[in-house]
Parts: sequence; structure tokens; C-alpha cells
Amino acid sequence: MFDNLDFDVIRRSLPYLFLDGMSFTLMLTGLSALGGLVFGTLIALMRLSSYRLLGSIAGLYVDFMRSLPLVLVIFWFYFLVPYIGQWLTGASRPIRVGAFTSSLVTFIMFEAAYFSEIMRAGIQSISKGQPAAASALGLTYAQSMRYIVLPQAFRNMLPVLLTQTIVLFQDTSLVYVLSIPDFLGAASKVAQRDGRLVEMYLFAAAVYFAISCVASYGVRRLQARIAIVR
Amino acid sequence: MIEISHVNKWYGPTFQVLKDCTTSVAKGEVVVVCGPSGSGKSTLIKCVNALEPFQEGQIILDGIKVNDPKTDLPKLRARVGMVFQHFELFPHLRIIENLCLAQEKVLGRSHDEAVAKGNKLLERVGLTVHANKYPAELSGGQQQRVAIARALAMDPIAMLFDEPTSALDPEMISEVLDVMVDLAHEGMTMMVVTHEMGFASKVAHRVIFMDKGEIVEDALKTDFFGSPRSERAQKFLSKILSH
Repeated sequence: MFDNLDFDVIRRSLPYLFLDGMSFTLMLTGLSALGGLVFGTLIALMRLSSYRLLGSIAGLYVDFMRSLPLVLVIFWFYFLVPYIGQWLTGASRPIRVGAFTSSLVTFIMFEAAYFSEIMRAGIQSISKGQPAAASALGLTYAQSMRYIVLPQAFRNMLPVLLTQTIVLFQDTSLVYVLSIPDFLGAASKVAQRDGRLVEMYLFAAAVYFAISCVASYGVRRLQARIAIVR
Repeated sequence: MIEISHVNKWYGPTFQVLKDCTTSVAKGEVVVVCGPSGSGKSTLIKCVNALEPFQEGQIILDGIKVNDPKTDLPKLRARVGMVFQHFELFPHLRIIENLCLAQEKVLGRSHDEAVAKGNKLLERVGLTVHANKYPAELSGGQQQRVAIARALAMDPIAMLFDEPTSALDPEMISEVLDVMVDLAHEGMTMMVVTHEMGFASKVAHRVIFMDKGEIVEDALKTDFFGSPRSERAQKFLSKILSH
């Protein structure tokens, strides 16, 4: 069955696969995680705020994002972002947005919903006495969040945040629906050009598996180290 | 210094935790607040620096009305030190950083100035060698002394203590009380919620006894220990002093 497989196609396409494909995937993962974390923390703070309206808006947003398949959101955003840009800037025609920008915005918005729930749990894990002590010292709400609550919440949640980032790393492969050459997209382009579907998809799977596995192992090690420090 | 008048507070629509509480703490005075658990003493002390809101009455702190919506609460709180039952040191910061954070961020002191002040206060509570440790590496008594030093670093005009020794092992209570006795002798204005009657009889000027949200007795120390007027205070004292 494997007689007519040609694994040399992988060697020949390595530069394209990694320098173009994987670097795009990693960049998208990194920036999305960062943006998702910042935006997600804001949503978490909104959800926990004493202003009911802010809380409901944030809650609605999270429920909305989490009830939609990611592929659909990617699709919708790709078609919507140019029009939203037009509406925001008042331009006469839709703004041209690159596939990278569009997918980055999508992932930040989408991941923010998930990160916000993680951060919310993290903030709630800090005992009420901590912000009370910060207030008693004269720190404002913003200062208490920035110097006391969020650093602790972030530390408590770091393993979960990193695990979510590994999931995000795998999810970025969904941008193939926009025919963007991320790692999977690049592999599938080579596969179809050379008619080597089995080889390329096997290799892509192996690479995703290897990276995710190593990263998960790293998170477990980190978790053990944090546990000792406490 | 602290004027509490006719303060009423409810949790929810029906449960009243504070009932018409009126008392005051003069400059340089040490007032001990005692009473059975659930009597509202912790809630009352937390109302003084507005950590707890209340619905009726007013509290005036050094001439400033605490429950006025126009009052700059962070600024007001920075002037009153508070020590909590569970220390509430910031676990992710070193001891010296715990002492410096608010000095720098709230009072705007330079880092060097804050560190110098912090070290001076650590020396005072006898913990200089622990400056670079994290709170979890210290015993409960040491943590509470750091918490007192952290509050003193802000040069407070008064200190509030909310059951500062209740979470401590018996052998650590005296090291914390020693620091508080010294403070009292220096003339610090103090409002102390505690069950330590030894501390009360040693340094308090007045004792307030609370029960079920009411200030039942507000008397000079000698009167309170000598001949409490109310039956509830008598009962409480006989229970707490019988062992």
C-alpha cells in the first residue's frame, strides 16, 4: 500500500512549509493569544463589574462567541471586516483588508471570549481580602487590579491560559478556508500541486502533534514548578 | 478624630447588622471594641474607612465625611492604617515590596525613599532579615507584624485593627500585641477590635461592647472591667475571663 509513496516531496518543500507556513501559523497564534488575553481580561473585568449593564454586555458577547463554530466566525469576519472598516472610516467603498489582518481580528475576538472566562475564574480565585487590603492602603480600583489582583490571577491561571493557547495553535489551521498559506494551507497546496496528499497530510499531522505534545509537556513542567514555589 | 453617629447598616432588605451606632475616638485615644462574634464589630470598623458601605448615619474622619459621595475615598483611606485578621500581605511581592508599593503608587515617594522608610519600619518590628523573603516564608506572627509595618509606612493619622490576633497561634499573639502596645504608648490613635482583654486592660482608654449590631456599653476601661452596667456585658466578661 505504501509502495508508491514519495516522502522526498516533504524534504523538497521544507523551506516553504516552515519559513512561510509555520512562521505564519506561529505569528497568528502568538498575536492572537496576546490580543485575546488583553481583550479577554477587559471582558472579564466588565463581567465582574458592579455595573449591571457592562456585565450583561460582556456576558452576551461571551455566550455569542462561544455558541458559534469557529469556521463560521472566520468566514463571516473575512467578508464583514471590509464593510465594518468602510462604516467606521466613512469610506465610499469597502476597505481592503489582508487575509492575515482579517484572521488575526477574528482569532482575537474569538479567543477573547474563552480567555475572559479563564481570567474571570482567576480573578474570582483571589480572596476578597486582597483588594480590601489594597483599598485600605489607598490604592484606587485600577491600581489594585493592576498591581495586586491581576498579577496573582494571571499567575494562578498561567497553565490554563497556555493550554488554551495550544488549542488556539491547532485552531489556526482553520484559516485554510480563506486559502491562506498557514502551515496546513502550505502543506495542502504542495499536496495538491504534486498529488502527494497522503504524504503531506501525514506529515502535517505529525508536526502539529509533535509541537502540541512538547508544549503540553512544558506546561506540565511549569505547573509543577509553580506548585513548589507556593 | 473619628466621629461615628447614628450609623445603620442592613445586608439585604431585612437583616440589620448595625443599629444606631454612635461613638467617637479622640486623637491619641485607644479604643477597644469587643463583643460576641456576629455582633457587628468588624463591620463597624470597616465602615470607618468605607471598606463597607452603610445606609444611614454618618462617619467623620479627621473632619472629612466618609459617606459623602464627593469624598476621594482612596485618598482618605491612605491616611488611615488598617490591619486585618488574615494579614492580607500581597503573596506575589517580597516583604520590602509589600511595604513600598503604596508609598510609591499612592504617596508618590521615590523608590529609595520608600525602601528607606520600609527598612526603618521592618527594623522597628524586628524583621529586617526577612526583607527579601515572600510572605509565605514567614510565620503568622511575623506576617502580621509586617502588615502593621506596611500600614505605618503610610504615616497614618490613626490605625484600625480588625481582630489582629484571632488567626494566630497562641505563642505568636504576644509578639503582635507587643508592637501594638508600643504604638499605643507612642500616642497613636487606635481603634482595635479584639478579644484580648489583657491588651484592653493594659493600654485601652475606653472599651466598647457590642451585641447584635448595637453598642451596648461604651465606657472608660476601669468602669468597664470594674462594673459593667449591662447584663450582656457582664455575661460576656464572665465567659471570656473565666479561664
